[in-house]
Amino acid sequence: MKQNRNLLVALCAAVLLGGCASNAQRAPIAADPLEGVNRALFSVHEGIDKVALKPLAQGYDAAVPLPAKMGIGNFFGNFRGIARSGNAFLQGKGEEGMNGLARLFINSTVGIFGLFDVASEMGLYEGEEDFGQTLAVWGVPSGPYLFVPLLGPNTGRDLAGWGVDQYVNPLGHQVDDQPALRNSLVGVSAVHLRATLLPTDQLIEEASLDKYAYIRAAYLQRRASMVRDGKPGAAEDEENVPVYEPETTPAATPAE
Amino acid sequence: MNYLPKLLLAAATILAVPAALAQEMILTAPDVLVQSVTEDVLAAIRQDKDIKSGNTQKTINLVQSKVLPHFNFSRMTALAVGRDWSKASAAQKEQLAGQFRDLLVRTYANAVSAYRDQKVRYKPFKMNPDDTDALVRTEIQQPGGRPIQLDYSLEKTDKGWKVYDVVVAGVSLVTNYRSTFSQEIRDGGIDGLIKTLTEKNRALEKGKAA
Repeated sequence: MKQNRNLLVALCAAVLLGGCASNAQRAPIAADPLEGVNRALFSVHEGIDKVALKPLAQGYDAAVPLPAKMGIGNFFGNFRGIARSGNAFLQGKGEEGMNGLARLFINSTVGIFGLFDVASEMGLYEGEEDFGQTLAVWGVPSGPYLFVPLLGPNTGRDLAGWGVDQYVNPLGHQVDDQPALRNSLVGVSAVHLRATLLPTDQLIEEASLDKYAYIRAAYLQRRASMVRDGKPGAAEDEENVPVYEPETTPAATPAE
Repeated sequence: MNYLPKLLLAAATILAVPAALAQEMILTAPDVLVQSVTEDVLAAIRQDKDIKSGNTQKTINLVQSKVLPHFNFSRMTALAVGRDWSKASAAQKEQLAGQFRDLLVRTYANAVSAYRDQKVRYKPFKMNPDDTDALVRTEIQQPGGRPIQLDYSLEKTDKGWKVYDVVVAGVSLVTNYRSTFSQEIRDGGIDGLIKTLTEKNRALEKGKAA
């Protein structure tokens, strides 16, 4: 307990110092007013990821055969299905909500406690709703961008939504009195999730000039798209830069 | 006496029809274009052992020969740079577009070479004959995973339809660079951004992800 607190204090100090150090010449973008602190938290996360989370995920990825990984993913996904379905209803998407309930019923029974995604085979696909999106649909503004170590990119709205979804997830409550089991469930779920992100690691390293900004932009675009249910539309642009559209016809440059 | 105008009209019609047809032929419809290029590239990857075993240069060559001609990189770069684009000189624009193209080609080539047994589904496409902008929507279906949306924005030019944005799962690969680019320009001007991009490409070429 004491050790945990010391670690926390050290972490906070690192964040504050980092926040001061990198605040110097960055013009803040509207969606990320806490950029200095976020960048410090991002490097904390990168450090943990490099020594612990990523190696674990790589080991898991290599050791566990694909069918087992699919089973694990399905198992956790099935529990999240309750929140997904509930959020679909809360956003007024009755059909998607009913679909979700049917999935939950089929996969929990025929799919043996959710290990097999029988419902998808039957054409009942999984929705992607969460409470962060529900809040967006209800008109709650996104709040500041927040990079949370271990959890990853977030906004104030999405973080609150995540908390609510976690609270609704029965997996946590069922085993609340068995901390060892609960912690290992949380651990496996985190490592599994990290393993699903492994293929994008190289892409982000190669494509980005500034990894922090690249992940931020991708996260904000992705969340805006999820709120629109994947429909094309004007993204909530992080900077709202008016774009000058050129007709580059080099031949038409007047000679002086 | 009345024959002449009719004759002229007939002649004009006969001459105009092939011209109009030719125009139609050059401007392959955007959805047809996306599908044929995608299938062409995927077929080439399936057949190529070098690409499958991770020969990046060969994949880049493939992308350059089959995909690049259908992209408008100066429009893409303008979108990524945003407001500052108008501050760049013609030479700077050319350099920016060239470096940005190299970066995207490499990223795209790596994504493409990871292709194993995914299937591409082309979503129903609708457009009006006089549209000059189109969105072609596809979906990558992978075994044991949720399908990934992959959309292409195209514009009509006199050289045919050209892609100016690629959107993966709602994330535009082009506008994703905007805040980084404007920060670079704020720090070191247009030339600063050109320099950063050039160094990035050089580092990637040497095989170490910078």
